[in-house]
Formats: sequence, C-alpha cells, structure tokens
Amino acid sequence: MLKSKTFVKKTRSGRVMKIVREHYLRDDIWCGSEACDECKQESTVLQQEACIESNLCSYPHYLIPDTNVVLHQIDVLGDPVIRNVIILQTVLQEVRHRSAPVYKRLKDIMHEKEKHFYTFTNEHHRETFIEREPGESANDRNDRAIRVAARWYSQHLKTPKSSTDGLKVVLLTNDQGNKQKAEDSGLLVYKCEEYIKSLIANPDLMDRLALSSDDKNEITSSKVLFPEHLPLSRIQTGIKSGSFLQGTFRASRDNYLEATVFVQGEGEDSTEVLIQGLQDLNRAVHQDVVAVQLLPRNQWVAPSSVVLQDEGTAKDDDIEEEEEEKVLRISAHEAARKPTGKVVGIIKRNWRPFCGMLNVSQIKESTRHLFTPADRRIPRIRIETRQASTLAGQRIMVAIDGWPKDSRYPNGHFVRSLGSAGEKDTEEEVLLLEHDVPHQAFSQAVLSFLPKMPWAITPEDMVRREDLRHLTVCSVDPPGCTDIDDALHCRDLENGNLEVGVHIADVSHFIRPGNALDKEAASRGTTVYLCGKRIDMVPELLSSNLCSLRSNVERLTFSCIWEMNHKAEILKTRFTKSVINSKASLTYAEAQMRIDDATKNDSITKSLRGLNKLAKILKRQRIEKGALTLSSMEVRFHMDSETHDPIDLQTKELMETNSMVEEFMLLANISVAQKIYDEFAECALLRKHPPPPPSNYDILLKAAKSKDVEIHTDSAKALADSLDVARVDGFPYFNTLLRILATRCMMQAVYFCSGMDSDFHHYGLASPIYTHFTSPIRRYADIIVHRLLAAAIGADSTYPDLMDKHKQSALCINLNYRHKMAQYAQRASVSFHTQLFFKNRGIVNEEGFVLFVRKNAIIVLIPKFGLEGTVFFDTKDKTAPNLVFDEEGPTLNVEQHTFHIFDKVKVTISLDDSNIQHQKIRMALIDPVIPGVSVPAPDIEPQAKKPKLD
Amino acid sequence: MAGMELLSDQGYRLDGRKATELRKVQARMGVFAQADGSAYLEQGNTKALAVVYGPHEMRGSRSRTLHDQAVINCQYSMATFSTAERKRRPHGDRKSTEMSLHLKQTFEAAVMTQLYPRSQIDIYVKILQSDGGNYSVCVNAATLAVIDAGIPMRDYVCACTVGFVDETPLADLCYAEEGGGVSSLALALLPRGGQIALLQMDARLHQDHLERLIEAAMTACKGVGKVLDEVVRQHLQEVSVLTSD
Repeated sequence: MLKSKTFVKKTRSGRVMKIVREHYLRDDIWCGSEACDECKQESTVLQQEACIESNLCSYPHYLIPDTNVVLHQIDVLGDPVIRNVIILQTVLQEVRHRSAPVYKRLKDIMHEKEKHFYTFTNEHHRETFIEREPGESANDRNDRAIRVAARWYSQHLKTPKSSTDGLKVVLLTNDQGNKQKAEDSGLLVYKCEEYIKSLIANPDLMDRLALSSDDKNEITSSKVLFPEHLPLSRIQTGIKSGSFLQGTFRASRDNYLEATVFVQGEGEDSTEVLIQGLQDLNRAVHQDVVAVQLLPRNQWVAPSSVVLQDEGTAKDDDIEEEEEEKVLRISAHEAARKPTGKVVGIIKRNWRPFCGMLNVSQIKESTRHLFTPADRRIPRIRIETRQASTLAGQRIMVAIDGWPKDSRYPNGHFVRSLGSAGEKDTEEEVLLLEHDVPHQAFSQAVLSFLPKMPWAITPEDMVRREDLRHLTVCSVDPPGCTDIDDALHCRDLENGNLEVGVHIADVSHFIRPGNALDKEAASRGTTVYLCGKRIDMVPELLSSNLCSLRSNVERLTFSCIWEMNHKAEILKTRFTKSVINSKASLTYAEAQMRIDDATKNDSITKSLRGLNKLAKILKRQRIEKGALTLSSMEVRFHMDSETHDPIDLQTKELMETNSMVEEFMLLANISVAQKIYDEFAECALLRKHPPPPPSNYDILLKAAKSKDVEIHTDSAKALADSLDVARVDGFPYFNTLLRILATRCMMQAVYFCSGMDSDFHHYGLASPIYTHFTSPIRRYADIIVHRLLAAAIGADSTYPDLMDKHKQSALCINLNYRHKMAQYAQRASVSFHTQLFFKNRGIVNEEGFVLFVRKNAIIVLIPKFGLEGTVFFDTKDKTAPNLVFDEEGPTLNVEQHTFHIFDKVKVTISLDDSNIQHQKIRMALIDPVIPGVSVPAPDIEPQAKKPKLD
Repeated sequence: MAGMELLSDQGYRLDGRKATELRKVQARMGVFAQADGSAYLEQGNTKALAVVYGPHEMRGSRSRTLHDQAVINCQYSMATFSTAERKRRPHGDRKSTEMSLHLKQTFEAAVMTQLYPRSQIDIYVKILQSDGGNYSVCVNAATLAVIDAGIPMRDYVCACTVGFVDETPLADLCYAEEGGGVSSLALALLPRGGQIALLQMDARLHQDHLERLIEAAMTACKGVGKVLDEVVRQHLQEVSVLTSD
C-alpha cells in the first residue's frame, strides 16, 4: 500500500542545498463523496445531492477552487450557500504559505459540518501526484496538479453507480491560461465571477465578490500613482544586505499622510522609521509587515505636529493632497529630524475585515462607493455594491482585496452589515469588533464544563484544603461589583504578631486545564468592562456566583497568609487552598465609614483597622523604594436605569480603603511571584514593566520646565520624589497634571514567561518581581499563576502545557494583546458615552488646561469630566490665523496670544455629529479671547434641554 | 512563513505517511564475505552498513578482559557524504562516541555474552546516508549482522524513534521531522519479551505523555521486528538453497 518516491528539491537558505525527501504515494486516500461506492471510506463529507442552484450548472456538482480563488474570495466561500467544495492539498498548502488569516478562515470553514468541505490529499494520491517537469515553474506545476486532480475526480465520479446522478466537478479559477488549459482537457471550468453570478436567488453574494484584477483597470484611470512594489526575492536580498529594513507599518492616527515603521532590531535596540507622503507610504496599510528603504540623510524630516484627516468626500483626484503634502514637508529643526524612509515592498499584508460606513457616491446610479473605516489609521476603501441606498447610514464590514498601483484607494468588498449607525447596540458591536474582543455568547461545549447546580462543597473538595470558615473575612470592592475575587482578614496572634490573609477565588478549581471552558477563557484572556456592560471571560455562573466571594456563603479560595509584626515586616508566608465564609462584602465607602466610626468595635471593623494600619506602612515602604504614584483620569457614569443612557458623570475618587486593598493585593502578587519563580524558574508566568527610554520623558521635562519645575528621570525613585515636590503656588491642579503627563511617558506592563526573558523588574511598582494572582475571575493570567502555585505547594498536579515555556510565551502574547485591546475598547466606550452625555446635555462651557501643544491645535483636558479634546486653529473654511509653533517650549503663537502647556483656558463643548461615523466632541475657545479664533460664550440652557428623567 | 506542518488535519505527515506508519525498510544480510557477519539496511532514506567480527580473542589491552562474559566493542561512524553538507570528521567526535556507547549498551543487553568468556565481539556500523533515526537504523542493521555472524542473542533488538506532535506520537521520524522541534525518543526493544534494551531521550516532555509515547515506540519496534524476521528467514532460505546444491 506504500509506494515510495524520492525526489530532489533545491532550496535556498543562504546557499544552495540539496534536500532529499521521501514522498510516499498512497492508494488509500478516498474521494470523500457519498455517491461513491468504490472508495472504502468510513465517513463521507460531500453530499450526493450537491445542489447549488445555478444557471450554468443545473446538475449536482462539487466545486474545486484554485489557490487564487480561495485567497481572494474567502468571503464568498464562507457563505452558507456554498457547500460541497473540494479543497485540494496543493491549494491548502499554497494558501498556508501565502496568507495566514485566510488559511485560518479556510480551516474554520472546513471544520463546519454543514459546509461539506472536503480536503483531498492529492499530493500523496497515487493517481493525482505529478512531478515538476523541467522548465516548469512551481506555480505552473501546482496549477497542473489542480487540473489533474479535477480530472481524476470527474472520471472517478463517472464510474458505476454515480453516473446516473450526473455528478460533476466544477473547477473555479480566475486565471485565463489555466482556464484555457482546463477546457482543452475537457474539464468543466468557470471563472469565479461567472459562477457566482449564475447562482439563482443569491444576488447579494455578488457584493462579496472580491474585485479581480481585470476589473481594476476599468475602475481607475491609467495614471500610475504609486511606485511598483519590489518582488519578495529582491526584498529578501535587500534585507540581508542591509539596504532595506523590515518592520511593522503603523499608520498615524492623527495624520493620514504619515506613518512609522517599527523595526525590531537585534536584542533590545529597535528603531522607528518615519514615512511621509502618499508616494512613500506606497499602499501600505496599518499593521502590514513592510520593507523600507532609508532616504539619504539630507531628506530626513521631523514628524509633523499637524493633525490631518482625509476628509474630502468622494474625491478621486489628488490635486488637493499635493498641497497638503507641501504643508507637511516644511523643514523642521535639524535635531528633530528622524530617520525617514519609503516603503519599497510589502512582506506580509495584515488585512482583516474593517468596520466603518459607506460614503454613498454622488452619482445615484453608481455602484462604486467609498467606504470609510472607523479606524482612522485605515485608508478608505472603494467597494462595489448595489445596495448602497440600504447600506447608507449603517455600520458595515468591508474587506480589502487589493491595492493596484494606479488607484488612490484600495479595492474591497462588502462583508456584512452590523446595524444602523449611532444606535447604542450597533456602536458597541463596532467597538468590540474593532478591538477584536470576542463577545459571542458562550458555546454549549463551553457551558457543558460548568459545575452542576445546586452546587455544594463536597468532602472531596476538602482534601488538601484548609478550613478557614471560622475566620472573620470580608471583601471590599467598588459599589455594584458582582465578581468579587478577593477577600481579606487580619487577626492578632498569641505571640503578639498579626496574621494577615488574602483570599482569592479558586477559579482554577472549576476551570480544568485543556477543556473547552479553559480554552475559551484563554482565548478571551480578560474580562472587558465597558460602560454599563461587562464582557465576561468566564460564564456568569462562575463569575458572579460560584467564584464570587459573596458574604455568608461558603466559597473555595486560594489563600496567601502572612505572619507580620506591627512594623509590617513579613515573618512567614504561607499559601494554601482553603474554604472561607465571608462575613461581609463592603464597598470602599462602607469600609471607610467603619474604620472612621470610633463607636464600632466588632470583629470586622477591628480587622479592617488592622489591615489599614499595616497598609499605610506598606505603602510608605513601597514609596520609599521608589514606586510611582501616577495619575490618570477615570470617570464613572451614572446611568439611567431604563434607557441606560448616561445622566451624569464624575471622576472616580480614591479613598484610603482603595489603597488598603490595593496594597495587600500587591503584596500577595509579589509573594506569589517569588514563590512560583523559585519553584518553576523556567515557566513561571510573571509581569514586568520595562523602564521607559529617556526620550519618552522629553514632553514631561519640557512641560515642567515651562513652570520652572525640575523633574529628574534617572530612576523611578528620582522621578517619584521630584513629582512629589513639584508644586506651583496658586495652581493646585498642577501636580495632578504632571502625573497625568508622566503616565503618558510610561511603557506598557506585559506578561512574560520567566524562561524566555532575563529582566523581571517592574518599574512602576519598584519591585524586582511581580505577577498577577488576585483576579482570576477576570484575568486568565491569574488562572495560570494559580495553577503554578497549586503545583508548587502540591495541591494540584501539573499538566504538559503548563510546563512548556514556548506554549506559555505564546499564551503571554495573546494575553498582552487582549489586555491592550480591552483597554482601548474601554477607552472607546468611555468616549462614546461621553458623546452620548454631551448629546443630552447640549452645549456646555467649562474650564480646562492645555495638556499638549501641537502645530495647529491645542489639546485641552477638562478635569471635571476627565475629558480630553482638541481645539483646532485652522479650519478648512476659514482663513487660518497666524500660527507660530515653537518646538522647544513647546508653545504655539496664535495671532497675539501664546499657548503654553498647563495654560488655563475656557472652552465650549458640543457634540459634532456632522460625521455620524466619527461623532466627536468639539471644543472651541472662549477664553482667552483671540479675535477671529475664539467664539463668544454661547448661552447655556441645559435645564430646558435636559430630558426630564427624575 | 510558519514552519512546516508536521501532521495535517487529515492525519498525513510531510512525506505522506500516517502517524503510526514506518518508512519502507529494506535489508540484505551477508553483504561482505570476509567479515564474520554483515548487513545492509535502508529505512527510508537512511542507509546503514553493519559489520561484525568475532567472537575472538581479546585484542589490544588485555586488561579489559572479562572472565565471565564477552566484551562488546562498538564503533559508530558516519560517511563524509552521508549528509547534505559534507562532514569533516567521519568518526571520533562527541556525537559518534556517544552513539557508540549507546550501541554497546544495547547489544550488551541482547547478545548472550556469557557464552563467550574472555573474548571480544566487534560491531562496526557506518551510516552511508542520513535522513533521521540514525541510532535505530544502526541497531537494526547491527542486529542483522550479529545474526549473520551466528552469535546467539536473546531476541532481535529492534529500535525505532518516535516523536510527539499535536498530542499524537509519530513513529519513525525522518530528518525534516526531527528538525521541526519535535521532542523525540529512541527506544530499542526485545520484542518477544517486551524488554527495553535502551531508552534515550534528551528533549523536554511532560511526564503525562511519556507512557503513550513509549507505547507507540514499542508498537513501532514490533513492526520493525516483523520486517527483520522476514529478512532473516528470506536470507536463510536463499543460503540453504545454495548450500543444498
């Protein structure tokens, strides 16, 4: 049954090497068709009645797409209408090589039972394997292999029984040459468009068709706008010789004509290359992996501080842009210039479907429209659709198909509609999709791993568990919190010391490694908190019930217990799985009241007082070591209970009890980090916070200097100390502003696997080692840490993936990504709700501070709302005022007035909904009064406008 | 782009085998007349030549002599042309020395050395072409050579490598698979009694998987054993036909 075939391959990996591999040909690969009685297959995938109603093929048929059809028309193939498709191994391998996202989608489709996609391993089938002929290119060989397999299928299905059914196979290809050859050899072959168009009753599939290369030419003029991309082979030699650099393309949010390419260097040093202008950006899209060539030094430029948006309507010509580019090119100071380059080729596209809205073309009959993505870093996309009138005003998803060099915009196709714009549900959906937050309901497979209700603690649970039900444990959380994952206790010991315990919900008891529930949680990575909505990482039964340490119920926990003296020095640390019975779940305010109320003397209050006292000492010690206390504005919305619209908003205030809980959580995390690192030096999951590069502090230093305040950034401690003393008389808010700025200078803290890194330091907390242990309900990292700790103390067994540092580090990458996205989603949700709030509020006048100065705008922070907004000084319809920007200050001169950082200004806030997709808060200057720039303070009539809700 | 897919969803490996399938094994015994025993064995693209001298008197230092059993002396080498890039040193490097030692241990467990006290058995193995699983191919070839020399053994010694990919054990790894980041394990088995002559692994593997992996290795070894048995019988038939003439 085995046939051996040896063949010789030449590959280039630096030099020419001959690779000899065996290639076995088999005769036990079946066709997968129900209609076939020749093959001895156990299960069939392809149906006998394979009917897709089509004008072209009125008989039952199977489809065989070639590689390009799969690569470009994956959206069509994914449609439920398309069934009974044979994916050849040749095609699958080529797709895998060419595009990872398409490959993943194809695999997902193949796994769907009702799609009836069958993978035929033609390369190992005795009758369909072909050898590459002399002079034949690899692509031609593959095309031939596809044709040979198609012919084999059509002959195979003709035999005995199936002949009566007239079952046929249809080859789909977009390649003219391939089609011709296939026709010559008597195969049924259609172009993808032809076939899709012929489908009866599915006209909407047409819209999803990606534009093929023939169509592109007729769309755009023959004018070539962009330089040609270099072929991959040239790029690779260029990268090797050092004339090109490889990096990730990051478009600028503020300026569509500017981008940076992040080049990962060896070890720590990585550089950023600036790219300016449409020509040099050369059709790269945000997140693509590109090759760049550095420009000669005399052509280097500085990043412009201009905020520029591609706002023209459906303009296809580029006259105006040239002007804009000129504005950009204004030479900056020598020092500010950065390495500048141009994109010479694309190594890997990273296109995904984008959310956004349609700009309906002015020509009524036109089927071609421009699509504006919600993400400003993505260029607008030209799509073809017949449903423009229905889609207008809706949020839709569009995928990019390609970007020919003679087109100003990339071409794409419509994927699906999300609902009408401006509606809260649609907007939330967009927000989640744009930030890649998995938010579907949990699948049945996942739910099947939940414990059966009613749930109670069994004696088996008690094995290797300590009974701490007698302790006075309580939890302190923000109001309205239903996923309580931590509780505390503190009591006096007989020897005069104190025993302090942190009890964390034992989520890993319920989520066992490797099952569907675990996989889902690992992929979600974190719970995402939006305003008034929570996207859970684990199903609600766990998050709000079984794992939530509510008061007066018995709950399984993982405890970290210290023995401390009254100077808060740790004498002993102990970890154990346990059972607790929380005596009270308090809010921060309630806990604070108990501590302050001298008349209360019950055990809970005593415990709280003890904790509070120790926490203060711990905090002081931590700050002495150089931990930073930074500031960022966090706002809380008061929601209307019925409409869920925000009624009021206030910045979150911090109480002593907040920091009390935080202090013990930090302590627990550090203790656990040390423990798991001692036990598993290779595979401990830790969290680090790298120190920022000194250049990050520039803006902070400049800002502080403008107020004659000195900030030291040599170490975390120096920074913390200088921030503490930074004060300006008569400007109490100055310190907070400085801290906000300092926060912006920081790097992201990240998870990592200890076996893969050597630098563990946590800069912000000034701790040599740190991890996350205290919130397993909402963070997956904590679950892994729980498992590691459980294995370390012998309360649970390890499993293979836990000990595999490569798998761990892959997990870390996902977790870091999810956390970042969750943060962005959260911010986006806040800003959306802020907009809703101001929509209801009407126009408001407010005082604020200048946070940043840009070339043509100032960014203003309104402390009352924690709101940041931009005041533009040059608007398109007005003549620009006289602007002079000074990089050094940085200051901006507008007519006679000079803006510095931290200047106090008065602005009027209103909602700008002229562009429904990017509704934004518009701020206009009231005070200081600059003629021609500032606006007169409008009359405020909020009382009348405010809907009567109470 | 991403590395090679060692095991496809359809259950085929890079070269078209299924997870448990061995490569094609071909062997010939008695390839050299002057040696006491010899064999040539191909397992896929890995090709090895084994030659046995002995049992004979101790040569060289007599101090190594054992009074109750024979000493087994193994030497492993790789032909300079056995790999894609020409090898500099055919034998004597650390890897070869280690391999020689492993072979020695394997055959000490299988050969009935107590029958030949104060004597020596030399086993020389050379890899002519290397495509993964060098150790196991050497063991298999040497087994045939020892049998050809007429030295009594407890059983065939059959060896096979197994790797672990996507929660599936793969039998008889080829070079591409060995290089693909698979944790691989080599096992030499006396198939009839199921005794393990040698087990060698220097990759990381979680304990939970070890049992399955060994089981797969044993099944693979038994498969090899069947092939070797057939070769021996075939050879005997040919020889007896020749001698009966």
